[in-house]
Amino acid sequence: MSLEILKQGAEGRLYLGDFKGEACLIKERFVKKYRHPELDTQITRQRMKAEAKASGRCLAAGILAPKILHSDLNTHKLYMEYFNAAKTAKQFIQETVSTQTEDEAKKCLLEFCKRIGEIIGKMHSNHIIHGDLTTSNILINPKGGDYEVILIDFGLSHYNQATEDKGVDLYVLERALLSTHSEQPYLFEHILAAYRTACGKDEQAVLSKFEEVRARGRKRTMIG
Amino acid sequence: MVCALGIEGSANKIGIGIIRDGKVLANVRRTYITPPGEGFLPKETAKHHREAILGLVKSSLKEAQLKPSDLDVICYTKGPGMAPPLLVGAIVARTLSLLWDIPLLGVNHCIGHIEMGRLITGAQNPIVLYVSGGNTQVIAYSNKRYRIFGETIDIAVGNCLDRFARIIKLSNDPSPGYNIEQLAKSSNRYIKLPYVVKGMDVSFSGILSYIEDLAEPGKRQNKRKRPQEEEVNNYSQADLCYSLQETIFAMLVEITERAMAHCGSNEVLIVGGVGCNERLQEMMRIMCEERGGKLFATDERYCIDNGLMIAHAGAEMFRSGTRMPFEEAFVTQRFRTDEVLVSWRDD
Repeated sequence: MSLEILKQGAEGRLYLGDFKGEACLIKERFVKKYRHPELDTQITRQRMKAEAKASGRCLAAGILAPKILHSDLNTHKLYMEYFNAAKTAKQFIQETVSTQTEDEAKKCLLEFCKRIGEIIGKMHSNHIIHGDLTTSNILINPKGGDYEVILIDFGLSHYNQATEDKGVDLYVLERALLSTHSEQPYLFEHILAAYRTACGKDEQAVLSKFEEVRARGRKRTMIG
Repeated sequence: MVCALGIEGSANKIGIGIIRDGKVLANVRRTYITPPGEGFLPKETAKHHREAILGLVKSSLKEAQLKPSDLDVICYTKGPGMAPPLLVGAIVARTLSLLWDIPLLGVNHCIGHIEMGRLITGAQNPIVLYVSGGNTQVIAYSNKRYRIFGETIDIAVGNCLDRFARIIKLSNDPSPGYNIEQLAKSSNRYIKLPYVVKGMDVSFSGILSYIEDLAEPGKRQNKRKRPQEEEVNNYSQADLCYSLQETIFAMLVEITERAMAHCGSNEVLIVGGVGCNERLQEMMRIMCEERGGKLFATDERYCIDNGLMIAHAGAEMFRSGTRMPFEEAFVTQRFRTDEVLVSWRDD
């Protein structure tokens, strides 16, 4: 079977293929030779399972994520739903900023932040921790004249009710936005505002944990 | 032509370097080495630096065959670092600046590492992994800043290694990390340790506590379940060093790879004291080859803190027109990499 390689991501290679006649995306977590074989096997299996589990959990909670069609732990391949028209949130933000006037772009991005925040809030209210929230791991899929937001790359995800993990998840997102989209510093605060409306009864506890994680990062002594 | 003298003393190394237009004229350094099982404390480290610094200034000028009047700018490490040792460098820099009537520039330590790495290896626009005793950051340049994409959310990787070396009483000469590296070579027994990656960030404190327990079972009052006693007893120091290195370096390579995929970059540059670890370099090289990328790394002369990197970064700043009023010649313990406006790069 010849496969068309789409991209080499951080976790593995992405191919276009088909599963029972249906076009799908195949994610192959190839053996990373730099890692000790035992560690590599452990990490690969753990992440494949995490990805398959989180996808099911998200769909059950009404959060869009690629459906996992099939997984093969022996060949390290995961067969999943493919969104051919989707682009990453990173591309979306960059295109919005470069093609629209400043006011229009901001209006469009604020709406985008609201949606992202609500989805992450909903995910956390279902105790799903994504583990790698960056704008490369959020897809924007056009639908009619509008778009829907799809979360992808659940390899680092897990199920946990603890506020600590939710706080770290938010911190990872904040850092990713600051470094990747430094020209739009307002993104995170709007995402957070929408997040608070959707994250359920732990809102205060998660927010104060988030502040705590943030302070941990900043207070750290940095000696050359 | 910019001829710069740089003074570095943010941690336990005191170094002076002289550079003229990218050409190394002098690079001298002394390290404060503590007995096995002990770390370096600010007060004693500052005392060591005070005793060494003037001799180093003289020998660097001699090595470079220069007179003070040949210098265009005096650079010193403004931060981040420990305050007392930083102050030693700053005070000498201020004094020399007034004495010889030469402009003064404060340099961010992390920027020094990055610029030195780029100069030595010729890397153009790499993802930078900056790993040392006090810092663990994955950095990429964009729009006049070095932006931090990933970093440790608790202790630095070098700090984790140093503290483990202290627990098993390894020598601090020439450095604890070097001795761990050598000891690790005599083992290939992999012990499972926690592996903590959170997006592009990492955490080391849990691994350190876990391996502390393995190295000295029963020392800490243990609330959690501990691996069985007999299993613990036959782990040698070498096994622990090997497994610690394999685990934490795999984490570092992984977050670097994530940053490469996220930013669409193909080059990696490793800088900082831990960067001269050959196992880390080897692992990073394999990862780069798998992606069709390229690794740039340097040896201990430039990886480990040195005065030259401060001189070079300062010279670049000076050349691009950055000046510092004398009133601002202070030091600061916390000085983020992304606070510095990179005026010398136009890409």
